[in-house]
Amino acid sequence: MQPEVYQHTFPNGLTLLAERMEHVRSATLNFLVPAGCVYDPPNQLGIAAVLADLITRGAGSRDSRALTLALDNLGLDRSESVGLMHTRFWGATVARNIPAALEIYADILRRPHLPDQEVDAVKALALQDLRGLEDEPRAKVLVELRKHYYPAPLSNDHRGNAEGISNLTGERVRRQHRRLFHPAGIILSVAGNIEWRSLLDQVGRLFGDWSGNAEAAIRCAPQPDNRAHITKDLEQTQIGVAYDSVPIGDADYYAALGAVNVLSGNMSSRLFTEIREKEGLCYSVWATYQTLKDRARVICYAGSRNERAQRTLDVLLRELRRLPEGVEAEEVERVRAGLKSSLIMQQESTGGRALSLASDWYYLGRVRSFDEIQAAIDGLTPESIGKHVRRCPPGDFTIVTLGPKPLEYV
Amino acid sequence: MPFHSHQLANGLQIIGETSPSARSTALGFFVHTGARDETLDECGVTHFLEHMVFKGTPRRTALDVNRDFDKIGADYNAFTSEENTVFHAAVLPEYLPQAVDLLADILRPSLREEDFDMEKKVIIEEIGMYEDQPMWSAYDNAKRVYFAEHKLGNSILGTPASITTLTRAQMHAYFQRRYVAPNIMVAAAGNLDWARFVDIIEKNCGHWEKGSIGREGVRETRGSGRFEVMTKEKVMQEHVILMASGPPADSPLRHAADLLSMAIGDDSGSRLYWALVDPGLADSADCSFHEYEGAGAFYTSFSGEPEQAERDLAIVLKVLREVQQGGITEEELNQARNKILSRVVRGSERPKGRMMAIGMSWTYQHEYRSVDDDLRAYESVTLPAIRQVLERYPIDQVTTLALGPLAKLPTPAVNGLR
Repeated sequence: MQPEVYQHTFPNGLTLLAERMEHVRSATLNFLVPAGCVYDPPNQLGIAAVLADLITRGAGSRDSRALTLALDNLGLDRSESVGLMHTRFWGATVARNIPAALEIYADILRRPHLPDQEVDAVKALALQDLRGLEDEPRAKVLVELRKHYYPAPLSNDHRGNAEGISNLTGERVRRQHRRLFHPAGIILSVAGNIEWRSLLDQVGRLFGDWSGNAEAAIRCAPQPDNRAHITKDLEQTQIGVAYDSVPIGDADYYAALGAVNVLSGNMSSRLFTEIREKEGLCYSVWATYQTLKDRARVICYAGSRNERAQRTLDVLLRELRRLPEGVEAEEVERVRAGLKSSLIMQQESTGGRALSLASDWYYLGRVRSFDEIQAAIDGLTPESIGKHVRRCPPGDFTIVTLGPKPLEYV
Repeated sequence: MPFHSHQLANGLQIIGETSPSARSTALGFFVHTGARDETLDECGVTHFLEHMVFKGTPRRTALDVNRDFDKIGADYNAFTSEENTVFHAAVLPEYLPQAVDLLADILRPSLREEDFDMEKKVIIEEIGMYEDQPMWSAYDNAKRVYFAEHKLGNSILGTPASITTLTRAQMHAYFQRRYVAPNIMVAAAGNLDWARFVDIIEKNCGHWEKGSIGREGVRETRGSGRFEVMTKEKVMQEHVILMASGPPADSPLRHAADLLSMAIGDDSGSRLYWALVDPGLADSADCSFHEYEGAGAFYTSFSGEPEQAERDLAIVLKVLREVQQGGITEEELNQARNKILSRVVRGSERPKGRMMAIGMSWTYQHEYRSVDDDLRAYESVTLPAIRQVLERYPIDQVTTLALGPLAKLPTPAVNGLR
């Protein structure tokens, strides 16, 4: 059964994508606005997150309370989240309420009040979010890993820093909105029990007369130091390791994905087996693939009690370095089964589909069909994965640790 | 979606909801056992046993178990709560027989000594991981203080000391006592052939031991009413939990209690949101209702700057007192209802969600409940029902736990039992 996927790019550069899923009663909408924290000015780190909070505190004819009440009454579960490249507006509810929700989102994106009197409260929340990171060691080590892997501003974290947040004013936030919120480059995806024709008409009416381009170039600083230890009194030492991979769109993309899944992705994969099952060194250990448009990385995480953390890091690095020796047919068979099954099960989720549509469009400029992905997964073999890991062997590691004592690198 | 049920001769209960158009099938083995069923010297055994179930059987090593699940691309896991241990998997429909074969096999585990010793280390790592997360730690301790001698206060993970002293023989005895057929229910949802499913369950589980089952200490509690401050200097934010009693899981008031907790503390547009989060006073504030067998509880929590914890606590207590005295408005009730109806609809769209939902209603309400039954139950909640909840379970009679850098937090005059 081929899903019905629709696409239209308006003259102003906003792209609408939709997938009709007849067997569900709900729908999910997902706006990707090219206004991520990568565009935070260096002295205003955190501004994207402050803008994302302030932007729902009144828009169009509604003040903050009326706006929240209207969205709540549509049964919308929603989030406004800031990623590196985009600010995402995500909402899910019963399908019949999607048109009313879109009317409100048009106000939020185009006509937010961004009121001065709310700025102090939003800044206070942003500062608390930053402090809260100190109580989340697992998240903290990944933020630090990013800082030591990517050059600024690709290393930016949406939480920014205390100095950047205290520099913010209502006017600065409004200026950032004027600078970045333009239709060109916005991707709106909707998946669920929707009608394409009426959706297209409505989005045209709400956003068609909007114009403008964001001028936002990124200039990267020099590469940071790829080793760091942050001293902190914890029960477990947190370990983050990153290395280069190939981006989505590269001929080797699926092989790279396959290789990461040999390491991690299910419970018989190598990291879980060697580190947790055979040695009982940790509860949580994983590796995952993350892509930008022009580059990609694999990040690995493990957390172990302090006295055993050295062994965990040693085994982790051993397994990464062993990868180019090749992978077994049975491993690849399990990787294929896992990827195929999650591909099919994703078809049951309006949220999963809305995210995939938008992400395909952003990275590839098209939506991959189910058959295309399935064929690529079927095409994974020990040879194709082996060839990739020999061409791009894990190495030149960025290693960041968080705990009472630094670890040694072999 | 048609509902089916069947009981095997040994007492094992099977239920299912079939939906031929689904792309997957979900199944779960619900063992009616949790931390509340442990004796003092078995602290943490239920959760440890859940891990050991994946460590193999006479037919499979631990590695075989992981590989066999992964070969069929299963999305599988397990969890342990105060009163349930659930092993579940979602698979493509053609792999259902293999998934049953696997889950049924591992539920009769070998509990090999060497696996037991290795997994002990993993459990101790898991405890360490949670100890480093203050909000989680605050919840665990709030339950301990609130439930006091009530069995629902038993720790799920146990402590490094209790896990270290636990023996394989103790675990085996616990297994024999709790994992008997009449204490287990199998739930399935999605694309499956019911008659065939019953046949394969019969073939795989028909020989499981019968046995007598029970649960002690099923009763309501108002909580200890205590106010406890746990000082953790290395923590940045102050994390505060206030617990109050609520209706038990089989109470007709549970839907009203759910809506009430949303009106008080959902993450958007609730009383606590406007009182604490919107003005930037605390970075999170939340109220949720948890239902258990024989008891229920409202958990209200917030975290924020330690220097402001006293002020924030006074605000939370004021909100709770206002709700206790004045209730909520029709508008707030509608708002909460609109949110919950959408969540029920969306939660029901995947076999995994339905399997969990029918499994839990069978466990707690001893009946099948369709999606429409749940929607109707929320739709029919009225303000008098909310008032009834508050009268029977005063939400401002709280037990409080604060965890963070503060050495002390003044006890507000209004705190505690009236």
